Amino acid sequence: MQIIRLIAGQPVTDIDVWARIGDDDPLPESAPALVSLARWQSAGAGLARRNVAVGVWLASDEVLDGLISDLERLDLIALDFPNLNDGRHFTTARLLRERHGFRGEIRATGQVLRDQLFAMARCGFDSFELQAHQDTAAAHEAFSEISVVFQPAADGRAAAQAIRAGGAGAHASAS
Amino acid sequence: MYAYDTLDQTFVEQRTAQFREQVRRRLANELSEDEFKPLRLRNGLYLQLHAYMLRVAIPYGLLSADQLRALARIARRYDRGYGHFTTRQNIQFNWIRLEDAPDILNDLAAAEMHAVQTSGNCIRNITTDQFAGVAADEIDDPRPWAEIIRQWSTNHPEFSFLPRKFKVAVTGSASDRSAMRVHDIGVRLTRGIDGEIGFEIWVGGGLGRTPMIAQLLRGFLPKEHLLGYLEAILRVYNVEGRRDNLYKSRIKILVSALGIEKFRELVEAEWNQITDPGLQLGDAEISRVRAHFRPPQYADLPGRSPEFEAKRLEDAAFARWAKANLFPHERPGYAAVTISLKPIGGVPGDLTAAQMEAVASLADAYSFSEIRVTHRQNLVLAHVPQHRLYDLWRALDALDLATPNLSRVTDIIACPGLDYCGLATARSIPIAQRLSERLAALDEQYDLDQLTINISGCVNSCSHHHVGHIGILGLEKGGAESYQITLGGSSAEDVAVGRIVGPGFGAVDVVDAVETILITYLGQREDGERFLDTVRRVGQDPFRDALYKQP
Repeated sequence: MQIIRLIAGQPVTDIDVWARIGDDDPLPESAPALVSLARWQSAGAGLARRNVAVGVWLASDEVLDGLISDLERLDLIALDFPNLNDGRHFTTARLLRERHGFRGEIRATGQVLRDQLFAMARCGFDSFELQAHQDTAAAHEAFSEISVVFQPAADGRAAAQAIRAGGAGAHASAS
Repeated sequence: MYAYDTLDQTFVEQRTAQFREQVRRRLANELSEDEFKPLRLRNGLYLQLHAYMLRVAIPYGLLSADQLRALARIARRYDRGYGHFTTRQNIQFNWIRLEDAPDILNDLAAAEMHAVQTSGNCIRNITTDQFAGVAADEIDDPRPWAEIIRQWSTNHPEFSFLPRKFKVAVTGSASDRSAMRVHDIGVRLTRGIDGEIGFEIWVGGGLGRTPMIAQLLRGFLPKEHLLGYLEAILRVYNVEGRRDNLYKSRIKILVSALGIEKFRELVEAEWNQITDPGLQLGDAEISRVRAHFRPPQYADLPGRSPEFEAKRLEDAAFARWAKANLFPHERPGYAAVTISLKPIGGVPGDLTAAQMEAVASLADAYSFSEIRVTHRQNLVLAHVPQHRLYDLWRALDALDLATPNLSRVTDIIACPGLDYCGLATARSIPIAQRLSERLAALDEQYDLDQLTINISGCVNSCSHHHVGHIGILGLEKGGAESYQITLGGSSAEDVAVGRIVGPGFGAVDVVDAVETILITYLGQREDGERFLDTVRRVGQDPFRDALYKQP
């Protein structure tokens, strides 16, 4: 499957190496394994001892509470969007980055459309499983359509208010 | 008023270009209607019964004369020559083609306007007191704070997919003209023990199917923490708010389910962990925004104008208008004028393009080129010298804009209802028109002041019928319209949800029923008592008896 990945803030199309493993499926020998929160919590220690990367995916109604102390052992956290209206994981991503200092990959899965990518990136997502019918190359443009932001978020962009306070030329800073 | 800098301008232009591309993809069928819907909504575009409706943001109801002219041009060029002002101090155009929407947004951007977040499950237009900066009882001008909140909420990446829409009102006075306590968040300017400016934060108000009055969340919030605290409330709501049922997804339901103490605990715990210095409001940013709202260059005028006094004695029609439609200005010799958009028998809140242009010219001539929209669907010229009021009145009268009925029984709030809206279950506008025609004479005879009627065409209560002194809710029962009447609501500082008086009335009988209510009030009122006070004193029984007892 193709995914979009942000590398140093720039979108690139990439091939996904992660295998999503069902709760009763055997773990792959050598491929990175993405498991549910339930599976991680019942077998987390054993999973992390393997010499390959491990990731956990959270359904839209699952929260970080039980996972905070495990974050260092995870390479990927996938956050699922079951529909276009469920925005809970925008908060989850910001908390992972800004409060818990998670530096692994945060991936958006499920109903992920081009027009949500900018907000997702601002909240700290850095990889995106686009819905199959989406044009991946065209979706790259979603990250650069808007250059001015009005609030701090996980992407570290300077908000308009900070740019004004810094006295930086609005034109130069807006690009 | 606030003027865009390069950053603000760049944003609205990029946003317009982004939407143009989204519309292109929709028209080329690259986007399904389901995918497109949240995108058009957050750009103000609804699909209604007959056409698209575009709701343009008027931040805290403040417009320049040139912006009103830009709206007039849009009404002429893309609509049928008029616009409709709303209870969120915005304007709606009801006959828009999807293909034209990007061009309209482009025209708006050129006038430092937009339609961002006038719809959708995000933070909506911030509203405030139409007499901000003018009212003598003001603790601080609410507009800079509303502007600061507007900017922070603009395209907020975390809060663009909330459980439901989210409305914030800011008021700077003890008298609440912003309906602050029926908002998701109400912000009230206050002073701390050392006299410093800060905020009371109220939460969980709202109307709709389940009307609730906001509760006090925090008695004093230092001003520098405004945005951090709002971010904490929104974050708790984004995570904890219900998403399984459209009608239980507003923050009022969450606050009521958790209880205010528990909700406060969650918000304070979250707030304590929000440490981003970028959310702290520094004095420099506050001053920068405040500078946009400096008072205009007032003339030194005597407190009383002999010309004004003389004309009032001379001309009874002018005196009547001056009594109803003027509000005291904190500066000597000035008055704030409300232009009623409720002509007798007219459509509440509608204004033609020609009237918009004429009002813009009057604002240039009489009120520092500034116009305000009220949440009661009227307009305000906030700074008119008293000695020029008579001339202004004559000009307004010639435009059919001098109806002397502010806060009176014909100052009716009505939603678009079944004439336009896809959600409506009954008509609102024709009921408002017939009520206005019927009640005008009664008002003239009996001075029905401080008595207003709000009519909604469905339970979503866009016209705030729950807090109308008389509220009317149009429902559909067995294929016919049925209008349910509530009494005793208020959106002011004595906020209350009205109580249902009894079974509903048909579209014809509801006008008689309201008249019966007014006649009952006239029989019960003591010493010029307000309708609200009479209802609170005597209760519903006399009204119920008059309405439902067979003679």
